[in-house]
Amino acid sequence: MARRCDFTSTTPVTPTDLLLPLAMAVAAGLVGSIAVMRRMTLAADAISHVALPGIGVALLLRWNPVVGGLAALFAGSLLVWALEQKTRIPTEAIIGVVFSAALAVGSMLTSGQDLIEALFGAPRSPGRAEALLGLAAAGAVIAFALLAESRLVITLVSPDLARTAGIDVARINLLFLLAFALTVALGLRFLGVLLMGSLLIIPAATAKHVARSLRGMRSASVAIAVFSTLAGAILAPRLHQETGPVVISIAAAIFFVGLFLRRRDA
Amino acid sequence: MTAALEVDRLNVAFGDRRVLEDLSFRVEAGSSLAIIGPNGAGKTVLARALIGSVPSRGEIHWAPGTKIGYVPQKLDIERDLPLTGQDLLRAKAAVSGAPRAESARALALVDLDAATADRPIGTLSGGHFQRLLLAFALMGRPSVLLFDEPTAGVDEPGEKGIYALFHRLQREEGLTLLLISHELSLVYRFADNVLCLSRRRAWIGPPRAILTPERIEEIYGTPMRFHVHDARDAD
Repeated sequence: MARRCDFTSTTPVTPTDLLLPLAMAVAAGLVGSIAVMRRMTLAADAISHVALPGIGVALLLRWNPVVGGLAALFAGSLLVWALEQKTRIPTEAIIGVVFSAALAVGSMLTSGQDLIEALFGAPRSPGRAEALLGLAAAGAVIAFALLAESRLVITLVSPDLARTAGIDVARINLLFLLAFALTVALGLRFLGVLLMGSLLIIPAATAKHVARSLRGMRSASVAIAVFSTLAGAILAPRLHQETGPVVISIAAAIFFVGLFLRRRDA
Repeated sequence: MTAALEVDRLNVAFGDRRVLEDLSFRVEAGSSLAIIGPNGAGKTVLARALIGSVPSRGEIHWAPGTKIGYVPQKLDIERDLPLTGQDLLRAKAAVSGAPRAESARALALVDLDAATADRPIGTLSGGHFQRLLLAFALMGRPSVLLFDEPTAGVDEPGEKGIYALFHRLQREEGLTLLLISHELSLVYRFADNVLCLSRRRAWIGPPRAILTPERIEEIYGTPMRFHVHDARDAD
């Protein structure tokens, strides 16, 4: 129980503690908005589960669990991409099988408190090196999402249109999956395997309800992800709750409010 | 004349089902080729093979530096996708390096007003969406336009206007035009050559030679009536 107290402590959150979650939330908002427009809502949630066996192996080997999670996420993304290229099996089916299997294997490799932390996060402050690497990774994801946005948007509307516009569709799909995997890895320590997928999807799904344009979608998704993350990080210690579930509960509450604000187009 | 496209012994199969077999043809730069044939003859498959979207065997050789503007037959767009027509045109401008002003030019060419282009693409009518896709294809100064039933969902006056636009673009900008169509009257009027696909074989040649009543009955399995326009200069 002693460890559990670590992440339900009432220690006030400092601005420095919020820097990495803030960068993670911006990345999640941007990548999530593309994922939701690509109809990856369920797939995105499942992809995050693949981190679990990696975390399990890393814990067994006494490595940094985020490194293990990231390696597993990259391997899983490459596997999905390769199966998409080589087979005619629908992506949803591939992801459903591969990532559910990953969750099952991961649960066997990880146990007890480690499993709870891996699934729901344990927002202890990361080390300095991990924080800097995390910020650099978030910066890379944000830069990719903004710079590749036009290519990603045309590809999600129609891969055929994208090809004739000179876009390498296989390459942009792979880069997007890797950016997605990296974003999940950014949130592993803070939100955990189960909840990080939700931070990618719920703010973007909410934004899709209320936005009418790409800019509106992108802005609303980032704003909701950032607000939920910061509000959750500040409120959780005061409520004596773990941060991840509070963050996602706030995001889900905004989603339901968004349902009532849904635009009424003809 | 130089060739914009040379296709030699093109084969496409899905599993055991052969869709295109040993298809060979050539399209001269600046000319227009209409691709016609009954449902299931492989017209859309041919278009998608030409842009590299379906695996094929044989040679497909586009002239060096070819830029293709493509309009697909149908796109499955979610009604609530938060993406406006202008978003799509801005994305094409960014990818093709076209100046921002080119989207206004493309919209004017296809006769689509800016207010309509500002709406989410999932809420556009079939005709408006088709015009938007035409504008998308025209951005980035393509050298070849490849259209798969470009006037599906467009009303008849709009359809004639779009074909007249193709003809004008082809003449004024020296574009090569490949279009899949069911509109034999318009094909007869605007195409330099017709590639006629049936499930058994293919014919290519000028409309006058290819679109004979006997051949049309053989290909479609039923006589088809269409209006023949002699004057090809009437825009």
